[in-house]
Amino acid sequence: MHIVVCVKMVPDTTQVSIDPVTNTLVREGVPFITNPYDTNAVEEAVRFKDKYGAYVTAVSMGPPNAESVLRKAISIGCDEGILLSDRAFGGADTLATSTVLGLAIKKINEKRPVDIVLCGKQTIDGDTAQVGPGIARRMDIAQLTLVDEVMSVNQDKKTIKVRRKLEAYHEVIETKLPVMMTVEREINTPRYPTVPGRLDADDINIQVWNNAFLKLDPQTIGLLGSPTQVRRIFAPEREKGEVMMGEGDQKTVAVDTMFTKLKEWDFVVTD
Amino acid sequence: MSVLENVLFIPLFIFAIVFFLWNVFRIIARICLGQAENRFDGLWSRFGSMLAYGFGQLRVVSEKFGWNHFFLFWGFMVLATVNFEFLVAGIFPAFSLHFIGHIPFGILMFLADVMSLVVLACVGIAFARRTFFRPEHIDPTADAYFILSLVASLMIAFFGMNACMIHLGELAPASWMPISSGLSALVGGMGDEAAHSLARIFWWIHALVLLFFLNYLPYSKHLHVLTAIPACFFKAPEIVSTVPQLEFKKGNEFGVSKVVQYKWKDLLDFMACTECGRCQAVCPAHNTQKPLNPKEVIHQGKVNIFVNGDAVRATRPADMLAPAPKTAKMVAPLINGSDESVDVEAIWACTTCGACMQVCPVFIEHAPKIVQMRQHLVMEKAEFPEELIACFENFEQRSNPWGIAPTDRTKWTVDLDVPLLTDGVKAEYLFYVGCAGAFDSRARQVTAAMTKILNAAGVSWGILGNEEKCCGDSLRRLGNEYVFDRMVKENIEAFNKYGIKKIITYCPHCLTTLKNDYKQYGAEFEVIHHTELINSLIKQGKIKTSANGTGKAVMHDSCYLGRYNNIYNEPRDIVKACTGKAPAEMERKGDKSFCCGAGGGRMWMEELIGKRIYLDRTQEALKTKADTIAVACPYCMTMFEDGVKDEKAGDTVKVKDIAEIVADSMK
Repeated sequence: MHIVVCVKMVPDTTQVSIDPVTNTLVREGVPFITNPYDTNAVEEAVRFKDKYGAYVTAVSMGPPNAESVLRKAISIGCDEGILLSDRAFGGADTLATSTVLGLAIKKINEKRPVDIVLCGKQTIDGDTAQVGPGIARRMDIAQLTLVDEVMSVNQDKKTIKVRRKLEAYHEVIETKLPVMMTVEREINTPRYPTVPGRLDADDINIQVWNNAFLKLDPQTIGLLGSPTQVRRIFAPEREKGEVMMGEGDQKTVAVDTMFTKLKEWDFVVTD
Repeated sequence: MSVLENVLFIPLFIFAIVFFLWNVFRIIARICLGQAENRFDGLWSRFGSMLAYGFGQLRVVSEKFGWNHFFLFWGFMVLATVNFEFLVAGIFPAFSLHFIGHIPFGILMFLADVMSLVVLACVGIAFARRTFFRPEHIDPTADAYFILSLVASLMIAFFGMNACMIHLGELAPASWMPISSGLSALVGGMGDEAAHSLARIFWWIHALVLLFFLNYLPYSKHLHVLTAIPACFFKAPEIVSTVPQLEFKKGNEFGVSKVVQYKWKDLLDFMACTECGRCQAVCPAHNTQKPLNPKEVIHQGKVNIFVNGDAVRATRPADMLAPAPKTAKMVAPLINGSDESVDVEAIWACTTCGACMQVCPVFIEHAPKIVQMRQHLVMEKAEFPEELIACFENFEQRSNPWGIAPTDRTKWTVDLDVPLLTDGVKAEYLFYVGCAGAFDSRARQVTAAMTKILNAAGVSWGILGNEEKCCGDSLRRLGNEYVFDRMVKENIEAFNKYGIKKIITYCPHCLTTLKNDYKQYGAEFEVIHHTELINSLIKQGKIKTSANGTGKAVMHDSCYLGRYNNIYNEPRDIVKACTGKAPAEMERKGDKSFCCGAGGGRMWMEELIGKRIYLDRTQEALKTKADTIAVACPYCMTMFEDGVKDEKAGDTVKVKDIAEIVADSMK
């Protein structure tokens, strides 16, 4: 079994602010982290390794320093890391990103057939949740999005059964491998890297694939291959809430008032 | 002594001595299995410790009942000389210590005579204490009774033998031996031959018990007779020592999961334990029904090194006195095995408060041993209570335990006059705010009070702003040495970048980490706690407080301030200057202070077993009927505030930091 897990380096958005003048993200001095959803994808990949002896390849597209997120993935158990890095890939939207990732995974598939491509549900910087499905389309394989539980894998029949977390219900789906899966955060709790794991990851050679190697049409990648254009980024104005209770410290009255309002707004259902 | 007796005794004696020496060698060989560590520095002070604590028994007698041991110990010291004479005379019947001079010999016999009675009395008292007034921390082991019986029979045989010999006129210095002489009256009616036979019977009882005792030592808790004095000699210079620095290189092992990964001094500690139970009596975890008993941990280490040590030595008989190699195979695990291993729950229950180390009469270093097991669990196995995973990530990614954006580190300074060293301000002192002081809303009130004090006193100070990082205390105590190591290096670099020489901390955990732990990295900053600085500012008259005499404060000693850094008087002096009277005291105070429950990284962990430690301590504070609980640590502050809320005492009792008490009383 061969798992490819996609990881992205993102700015720690809790530390990002928006410049009120230019309406752009202030990224200066903001540390980069592994996209939190991807940490669950990596954990799930490593669980396939623990359970079925799968070989796990971590892939990331990004600038040269994005190799840090690959090393982190390796530190908890991924076997190798491939960084897709080229100036020509820069400025990509979800379409151009999935083009590069899709082709790269096809290349990986030529060396070692891929059974599962794992992605986080979405990233915390773009929040589109489109790259995973885009990869599936470009590889022409089935996609299972929003998975919150892998129920079983049949290695002989090459099938997988998962549970998807939808808005008001769960859906259980069984399908043939290979498959692309995006995972919810609830699927697992990522493990903490051991120190020997970290030291091994520090030493490992991360392959860097550029476009001279991938040979993609420059018109389909990076800024040129991105139909999406960001016109403006801004923090929405927030309406100030109204104060419903004035003076006084009658706690029970406060609770009663709040409860009545919550019922009025349909936030709570009572029999 | 007849020739027959002599012929019987000599082989017995040789066998006993050889067996004893073989056991001593085995003990030394087991200790040598530990990893290298230099404990031969500062030899003069080591001799001093040995005299004071080994022979002077200073820590032993710090508890009232310890005097019983003191007299037993000195009784044995005197009797060791006489017993030496006794054993040699068993081989060479003409041998006597009389050659040291008539009077010295007489004095020696007098002391031996009197001390034998003292020892006998002490044995009786110990026997009665164990049987009728046994404190909870003393286990009623058969071993203890057996040893007491052996000692008692030695003394009785000694008196019996001497009484008979005095009666026969065979003991020259009889006039020096009032008790034996008195007892000789009991055999007064006996014929010479009968008295002689009785003397010989007593002689043989004495000889056999003595030789047996010598060889029983290594197999019982009385092994400490051999190891306690070396343990005092090799003790750590600090009251609460820390873990050794690690080198993060591939192939190294991180933390301890095999007993032989400890340093040799740790293995000596295991064997020096007297099972007195004092550590257990003061342990906050044990006192609140947690699965940790420091005495048990040390005992488990001892049994473990006995089992595993012999297995390792069997694999390399030619190399007995070298440290165990990395490849050494263990037959019993140190963590989570059977009786000879430490329960993983016990490892996580420790608050590293150091109370055990403060009371141990032989200076066993419990806390670092526990932390080194945590290191193994965290760094080699990534197995730890799950609430710590987010905490570790927060420390690593955002350099604070809550995971708040580092850019918010200076938020507390808004509206305050706080000089920033990062803005190019040159100042004498760095005020190292600490994570709590910068992020915790309650602790921020303390840092605001500190700002008021520092500015009012005209201290030249500044902060590192957003360039300040967590000191790493919790990480180190929780066993995450890898991330700690990185933080230390980053912090030292930042301190050096701004040419910082002197540091003030408000949190005692920052204090001890920057001051003591960072020394391992060659850092030589002058680090002082805010109570030290404020106290000197008051003494110099740079801060004027109005001691209006209202209110009553009770003082809580933080473990990391008191036991770790020996700061007890400064906070009390400050309270006195601010309230006009010395603070009230709890029963457990000063170096016997009881932990709030938050140390050792326990601040970030759930406390699910037994009574909450903070509640125990808060109840003790409330008993004093004080209206203010004075603390000098942000963790203690949080714990007491929780406790006061739990006890519904929030309306009458306030928890205040020393800095707040000062700021409130400033004119």
